[in-house]
Amino acid sequence: MTEMTYAQAARLGLQEEMARDPLVWALGEDLGFEGGMAGQYKGLQAEFGDDRIVDTPISESTIMGAAVGAALAGTRPIAEMRFSDFAMCAVSELVNQGAKARYMFGGQGRVPMVARMPIGIRGGIAAQHSQSPEAWYAHTPGLVVVTPATPADNRGLLKASIRCDDPVVYMEHKGLWGMVGEVDENDQEPIPLGVAATIRSGSDITIVSWAAQVGVAAEAADALAADGISADVIDLRTLYPWDRDAVMNSAARTGRLLVVHEAVRVGGFGGEIAAEVAETLGVPVARLGGERIPIPFSIPLEEAYKIKADRIAARVKRMLA
Amino acid sequence: MPVSSNLANEPARVVEMFRKMLLIRAFEEAAGQAFHDGHVRGSVHQYIGEESIAVGICANLRDDDFLTSNHRGHGHSIAKGAHPRAMMLELFGRVGGTSNGKGGSMHIADFSVGMLGANGVIADGCTISVGAAQAIRLLKQDRIVVNFIGDGGINRGPFMEALNWAKVYELPVLFVCENNQIAASTTTRLVTAGEGIAKRAESFGIPAATIDGNDLFEVDSTTARVVAEIRNGSGPQLIQAMTYRLRGHFAHDPAAYRDPRELEAALGREPMVRTEAWLLENGVGADEIAALKAEVDDEIAGYVDEALNAPWPDGSLAFTDVQDVGAPEYPGEGR
Repeated sequence: MTEMTYAQAARLGLQEEMARDPLVWALGEDLGFEGGMAGQYKGLQAEFGDDRIVDTPISESTIMGAAVGAALAGTRPIAEMRFSDFAMCAVSELVNQGAKARYMFGGQGRVPMVARMPIGIRGGIAAQHSQSPEAWYAHTPGLVVVTPATPADNRGLLKASIRCDDPVVYMEHKGLWGMVGEVDENDQEPIPLGVAATIRSGSDITIVSWAAQVGVAAEAADALAADGISADVIDLRTLYPWDRDAVMNSAARTGRLLVVHEAVRVGGFGGEIAAEVAETLGVPVARLGGERIPIPFSIPLEEAYKIKADRIAARVKRMLA
Repeated sequence: MPVSSNLANEPARVVEMFRKMLLIRAFEEAAGQAFHDGHVRGSVHQYIGEESIAVGICANLRDDDFLTSNHRGHGHSIAKGAHPRAMMLELFGRVGGTSNGKGGSMHIADFSVGMLGANGVIADGCTISVGAAQAIRLLKQDRIVVNFIGDGGINRGPFMEALNWAKVYELPVLFVCENNQIAASTTTRLVTAGEGIAKRAESFGIPAATIDGNDLFEVDSTTARVVAEIRNGSGPQLIQAMTYRLRGHFAHDPAAYRDPRELEAALGREPMVRTEAWLLENGVGADEIAALKAEVDDEIAGYVDEALNAPWPDGSLAFTDVQDVGAPEYPGEGR
């Protein structure tokens, strides 16, 4: 086991996949000298050449559209968007083209690309650099949506996404870039897509979350444990397809479900999970998500947006009352 | 020395290209009729009046060269080698269509001949093209990519982005702007600043040739030269082919927004009439041309007949080819 950050683990996963498969390449802004926003591409241009780590103009539509074309033409591109907020400049290329090319053409083509677009609050980067629009892409047929929450997952899930023959929206959480965790460098296997991880075991309630909110949910579970309440905490890891079996089995056992996410609650993907569980099991469900406001700048304002551990714990206690 | 076309010295080749133009014209007339008869749903954007461009461009491509098209893509597809039988079945939404009925008119593709797809979104093909060219570069192939765009598309951002991108990386892309002068119902020059597409391309350092797109000979000779240059590493180039859309934006558009005299004048310059006149002047008999037309009409009529009688796809097919990971399940009939 090696300790490394979430960003270093992503870099390792990409390096391994690029060494393994010459068809894998990445394109985006500032990947060479800068090595990506968090160093997740650091040194890879020197190692693999500037035709496999391609520094591009600030042209999000073309970064994404070129990835679609390059995938249709037989390669496995990774389109780096830097911020999911910037990827909104390339929604047509991803949603109208990449997600649907295989289907529209009757299965003639595949689009094995990764659209890498970090989400979430990192602190002080406000309304156009902090959003979590994962539900938009989970809503879109043809796309796989991945939201890693740990360094090990950010290596293993990235590897699986690169090997996937479907277009994958890969959403690292910017608040996690510096998170340190154990990574087993000897184990080169990808982590399968669509399989959740149970990070706390309990019997009173199921808490489902993803990305940076997983850590907050775990913190809440630890606090609840001190009060004699045991929570099953599930990190979905892949948002679409989400691990229905893991969630249903847990909720059937605990009899209650709470879904927590940083994204805005209204229309958030938590609603989909809560509804599925309620329809299938008939157990009580609840959601916690951001209020429907832009992410603000100033510290107390930004803090007011976040879903903190004490709020999660309080919500759980209300459900158990 | 630029490669020059000897098409005028090759009447047999002209006949072959004329036949392809006739095939496109007959396909489009039949598709329009089938639309009016209620057999074809959605939208049918006919390529009538622009046939010499697709045929003249694609005659100079290899099967493994890539092509990306737009909403008005039937002509490009046929010229690149897609089979009109499978295309007609697709328009009718039947089994055996190019996309098995999943795409329809605006999503015709035939990857076996490098046709990477028509496109329902204006100018989105531009970015796909530069990406395909980047794959060609990475795979060390000597293919090129041709992207067809209309004059309306040059005002979308992705077109400008893709021009810049293609030049920055000196990619093997030929942009072909079919300038039929009207974007749906809007006269393009009224909504386009500057001196138009050729100047825009040149401002990126991309060589741009403006030609009479209705002149098969000029399209062929220019394309032969430009394709050879691109294949030899010239980087991207653009051809602006001036033309005129003889029909409405789509089959149900009577094009009431334009002056009938403009259409009348255009009819005298249209490519079928001009190519046919050349053939008559160069030793091809009227009876031979009539026989060619009859043969092509029969061929297309046969495809329409076949499409009318072809089976509909099973509802379960709507659920295939979406994605491998998280593939949808067919919930069955009567759910």
